[in-house]
Amino acid sequence: MFDYATAAVEGALAAGATYADARVVATKTEAIEVLNRQLQTVDRAETIGVGVRALIGSSWGFYATADLSDAAARLAGERAAAVATASAMVSGPPMELADVPVAETSWETPYTEHWADVALSEKVDMLVGVTATMQGVPGIALARASLGFFDTEKWFVSSQGHRIHQHIVESGGGYDGTALGEAETQRRSYPQSFGQFHTGGYETIRQWDYPGNAQRIAEEAAALLGADPCPEGDKTLILEGSQLALQIHESVGHAIELDRILGWEAAFAGTSHLELPKLGTHRYGSDLMQITADATIPGALGTFGYDDEGTPAQSVDIVRDGVWVGVLSGRDSAAAAGLPPGGMVRGDGYNRLPMVRMTNVGLLAGDSSLEEMIAETKDGVYMATNRSWSIDDRRLNFQFGTEIGWEIKDGKLGKMIKNPTYTGITPQFWGQLDMLGGEAERIHWGTPNCGKGQPIQIGHTGHSASPGRFASVRVGVKG
Amino acid sequence: MTEPAAIAQRIVDMVGDRAEAQASVVTGEAALTRFANSFIHQNVADTARNITVKVAIDGKVAAGTDTRADDAALADLVDRTLEAARLSPADPEWPGFAPPAEVPALDNYDEATAAASPEERAAVVKDFIAAADGTDAAGYCDTEAFTVGYANSLGQAATGRQTRATVDGIHRVGTVAGSGHQTAQRIADLDGAAVGGLAAERFHLAADPYDVKPGEYEVVLGPECVASIMVFLGAYGFNGKALNEGQSFLRVGEQQFDQAISVWDDPAAPGALGVAFDAEGTPKRRTAFIEDGVSMAAAYDRKTAAKAGAESTGHALPGAEAFGAVPSNVIVGGGSTSVDEMIASVDRGLYVATFHYCRVLDPKSQVVTGLTRNGTFMIENGAITGAVTNMRFTQSFVAALAEGQVLGLGDDTRFADSEFGAGFVQAPSMHLASWNFTGGAEG
Repeated sequence: MFDYATAAVEGALAAGATYADARVVATKTEAIEVLNRQLQTVDRAETIGVGVRALIGSSWGFYATADLSDAAARLAGERAAAVATASAMVSGPPMELADVPVAETSWETPYTEHWADVALSEKVDMLVGVTATMQGVPGIALARASLGFFDTEKWFVSSQGHRIHQHIVESGGGYDGTALGEAETQRRSYPQSFGQFHTGGYETIRQWDYPGNAQRIAEEAAALLGADPCPEGDKTLILEGSQLALQIHESVGHAIELDRILGWEAAFAGTSHLELPKLGTHRYGSDLMQITADATIPGALGTFGYDDEGTPAQSVDIVRDGVWVGVLSGRDSAAAAGLPPGGMVRGDGYNRLPMVRMTNVGLLAGDSSLEEMIAETKDGVYMATNRSWSIDDRRLNFQFGTEIGWEIKDGKLGKMIKNPTYTGITPQFWGQLDMLGGEAERIHWGTPNCGKGQPIQIGHTGHSASPGRFASVRVGVKG
Repeated sequence: MTEPAAIAQRIVDMVGDRAEAQASVVTGEAALTRFANSFIHQNVADTARNITVKVAIDGKVAAGTDTRADDAALADLVDRTLEAARLSPADPEWPGFAPPAEVPALDNYDEATAAASPEERAAVVKDFIAAADGTDAAGYCDTEAFTVGYANSLGQAATGRQTRATVDGIHRVGTVAGSGHQTAQRIADLDGAAVGGLAAERFHLAADPYDVKPGEYEVVLGPECVASIMVFLGAYGFNGKALNEGQSFLRVGEQQFDQAISVWDDPAAPGALGVAFDAEGTPKRRTAFIEDGVSMAAAYDRKTAAKAGAESTGHALPGAEAFGAVPSNVIVGGGSTSVDEMIASVDRGLYVATFHYCRVLDPKSQVVTGLTRNGTFMIENGAITGAVTNMRFTQSFVAALAEGQVLGLGDDTRFADSEFGAGFVQAPSMHLASWNFTGGAEG
């Protein structure tokens, strides 16, 4: 496969590129979905192709083809250069690339049980069983369960001498039960909405004990129909870990993407409220806020050996003691900003241009616990598991809905509440973080559905989080 | 053997009598020229081939996908999909594949668009950027051309092709921006200068925005906002699977909307995009979803139709069985009122150019939260008097279009960007009695 990538690079250089790199990417995926004990989908997909980037002047040209031959790869390189050349009609400042070590190496996700070695019948039986348990709870109309698996091999070659093979294995899934009311639906999910994904094999599925949580999840969904609505007003808010992980994703992860900060995503995803001159001084949150982008965490979804520019995976400080100190970057954006490259550029398959993506952007552990947070809260709400999420184009104004909540009164968890929502402004909200769970409650949550770029690309990102408490947050926003 | 229809038939033949089978093959080229800070910074293209097979053995169903079209790869695709089906439990609701049926003659295709060069896209971009001085322009111009081939073991076979071209972008300085959008079947119809001009006009109007208090406001919504509303109504309401599951607001035959509202889906409408059959080979046809405010029908694929005791409406999407069937050639009936006339009839309200990051809080009540973006303007005494900062709303889309709520429909129906992709919805501007804004973008 390295030969095809090499041919693509050679084609681009021969056509005038000052730099070129190419990835042959082979993916195998398996998706299984069960609804109410009936199998809905078994889909096994395989793709393979080569994508090549050519840099000429201020623009990347990119071309991808599913035809895998020496001639087709070379032609793809030539076309990538031709595309870049056309960009000169509307040119900008010269694009430079930050230096990175040139590597000839390989890397593989550690796993103990490859998902492909587990019988399809075992996976389906487990999902059917989970939905059967949920359906056994009165009031549950819809019981869904799914598994999703990815096996990705990449062969990366650059005109600077990179030659890197990677084999990345990812596994995940989850389930939800839905109760239908007269004019509403209520849903509970496990382990989190959209499922929980890791790098690793089927052992990451087994560790979540799908069957053992189905009864509780279904009972909570059914009970929500009769629950009181979320109170309105400013309350102390405690977020369960997976919701805090999504809060990190939306209000920190995207905001620190250097391509957004530089305006490269302005028209679609948007920009950022962060300004580079304030790097190192901007107060992002309270002193409890310690965030890193760490692509080396074993088992986390945003973990790899090298990014799609051949830069080694690394851990970068993003927020230290509440102060913004780092960004997510690639070779071009880092050079444009005068910063070191962070190795955070990845593409969605062979046919998408690699771009700045989150790795594992997460909170370091605090020194509290959920139990302590509740005990020290006089009047608050505990919210768990995301149901809706929306944030503005600068990543400032957000509104989240969760599946379930509980009132907290005088240090005790009280009645269940439905349709919990909260809203806030990013720096003010993070500034109100006053308690954070410790390492024992910290989980490397995985987000398998991060959309970005045009054409749209789906990224897999990780977000470590334990439960956290925030003082005085507006809750109970209604339509 | 490179024609999609031939590849599809080859796959069905390979399966032979081992199973019922359908195959769908899509080939083509997509290219996108992207600009930011007023220059082209990303420029991409790819030749795509996507081959999907679904097999059924006594109701045991599995699907497989590949990008390779040589005989060995196709045989492997067929074998591993058959293996998956054999290992799967039978689906008691399996409706079988589509029977032979005539597919309407339709060719939403333009050779020049299929052959569009990066220089042609760059020329559109250049015109967009030149429409304003001193701004940071950002957006894209893209073209795509695809051919789709379908075959199944019952003898249904179909082929079709489509092209699309879009220019979309903003002019901005800092946080002040205005947007423009155009989608067409032919790149020759794209007018980068006009679209850039609209974005520039909105940008200039958007200068010096001020905060206004959240609350209920009368609104005039641009076509992009209306397209976003229609995407949510389609995905969570007219989706036949959602209706079967009791998760939809839809009550067929009831007046659920203002009688000014009519919405239909028609792949054969003038200038429409797409091919004349769906992912299951079912011919598409004009389908009315709302007529004069009355809910008329849901969108069905074969499985959801069978469960509902209805016929497939030809809205199956590739790989979307678990989500359901969704309209994808949506047309919202327009009116005879110009945007200026709508604004002139507002004493105090807001004009909103586009929505951003809309997400549903509850699918059944269609309560959605989102923000305004790229142009939100105060209307006072029948005229725009200034720009306001972006605002967050939390609003039921069904309630917003309910009886008595629609005060006017624009005469400006066009393809509008819903933020979920170009080319799905043609919509006019819309004048609504009330919209629930629940916060400012910065507090």
